[in-house]
Amino acid sequence: MSSTNLFEQQRLNRRRSAILVAGFVLFFAWLGFGADYILYLQTAGGPPTHYHHTFPLVGLALTVLAVGMTGFAWRSGAKQVLSATGAWELVNASTPEERQLVNVVEEMAIASGIPKPRIWIVPDDDPNAFATGSDPKAAHIAVTRGLLTTLNRDELQAVVAHEMAHVRNLDVRLMTLLAALVGVIALLSDVTRRWLWFGGGRRSSGGKKGGGGGANALVLVLIVVWLISVILAPIVSRMLALAVSRKREYLADATGAQFTRNPGALASALEKIEGAVAPTKSIRHGSAHLCIADPLGRRVSIKEGFVADLLATHPPMARRIARLKQMAYQYEKTGELVEPAL
Amino acid sequence: MQWFLLILLIVIVAFVISAYNRLIAMKGQTLNAWKQIDVQLKRRHDLIPNLVNAVKGAMDFEKETLEAVIQARNQAVKIQANASPTGGVQALAGAEAALGAALSRLNVVVERYPDLKATGNIGQLQEELTSTENRVAFSRQLYNDTATDYNVKQQQFPWNLVAGLAKAEVVELWEIEEASEREVPNVDLSMKPKA
Repeated sequence: MSSTNLFEQQRLNRRRSAILVAGFVLFFAWLGFGADYILYLQTAGGPPTHYHHTFPLVGLALTVLAVGMTGFAWRSGAKQVLSATGAWELVNASTPEERQLVNVVEEMAIASGIPKPRIWIVPDDDPNAFATGSDPKAAHIAVTRGLLTTLNRDELQAVVAHEMAHVRNLDVRLMTLLAALVGVIALLSDVTRRWLWFGGGRRSSGGKKGGGGGANALVLVLIVVWLISVILAPIVSRMLALAVSRKREYLADATGAQFTRNPGALASALEKIEGAVAPTKSIRHGSAHLCIADPLGRRVSIKEGFVADLLATHPPMARRIARLKQMAYQYEKTGELVEPAL
Repeated sequence: MQWFLLILLIVIVAFVISAYNRLIAMKGQTLNAWKQIDVQLKRRHDLIPNLVNAVKGAMDFEKETLEAVIQARNQAVKIQANASPTGGVQALAGAEAALGAALSRLNVVVERYPDLKATGNIGQLQEELTSTENRVAFSRQLYNDTATDYNVKQQQFPWNLVAGLAKAEVVELWEIEEASEREVPNVDLSMKPKA
């Protein structure tokens, strides 16, 4: 089939984001179970009557907390996001525009092979769109009123395809999970810093005397490394989450092009969306990573560069457009959809 | 040695089971994608009488174009009844392509009647027609992708060893053989109405 290359590229892209996610989970495990290991080493040499840290309480507690938060967000996240934007559900299309939107969404449901999501309209004049819902069988797609008036049919279809790609690639689930992990890590870091500043140091120096000389050095190194990781953790974890988010944007662009076989339409849609510089006020920061374009209209999405690469939920708009145009050009010439290498 | 044989046997049985299940699942996906085409084609066929009725009164003298659409539609309905992934896909693809060509000729004619287009009914029907054409195209695309995966898998080693057991058969892709049918009718929408 002509699109084998695109599928191959998507597989590579998935693997890359899987590696990032694995790194994230390992970092999380180090913060939790690493603390347990240090406590274990610290208390192992003590007399039998003293407390021995043999049960990995910290790691398990953090894991349970993260799993709980993720589960809760998976279940109720979609409704929260939608109600925060003030979106209303499009049930009976009354205007030609709404009718067209319903048709386009149904078409993309067919192309992607997943059930038709529920459609919402956000009363905002800035063109933007987002998908939510952790279950592809019960997903939601929301578009702003501005999107309907700004884009033509093909462009609207491309945007909807991008959102359906997020749904089918399980990005909502993934990003909710990462957000929960980032939250738990931030909490842990906060607690640790407070504990360090308010008298925690005294107790820990007392405990260290229990260990033997050799173990002490190892414990000390581990403690220092752990403390540094914990202090840096909020920044590191957020940046890892953003890196995953950007990978998933590229992936959704490519998957969307696979659905429509029309990468050029998404390129011109992105150009129009980028042209409307006003931020989408009704979409909050928390769901930025699910939108077609960064709703805050942050200028970093225009430029490329180190800072822009690290701090944005979305890849630079110019680069996304260039990649899509390259895909469109190649598709026209060779009939093959090939995603340009990152 | 006995242990080795036992382990080998377990590995083989495990492979056969998983390969069998994989092929069955892919067959299910292919049939499902086919059903999706069926649904969308039916939608297309049902829409045409409405379209014909809506334009009939206004363009009595363009009877031939309308006749061609109706005939192509009836032909496609007849062929659709007997088509399945293992036979008749290409015949149906041909009939649907002919219907598509007839429809786009009708569309050109409709463009020539601004009054006709101005009535809301036709505008709505045109959106429905566009959407239906897209749905047919996308379900075809999904079917072709799924069917290709299925065809490749069942012929690849070692899955081909289990293909007979899973009653896997190579399915036909939705393709148009003749070059003349492959050609997209060139529709010039800027064409001025003939005075």
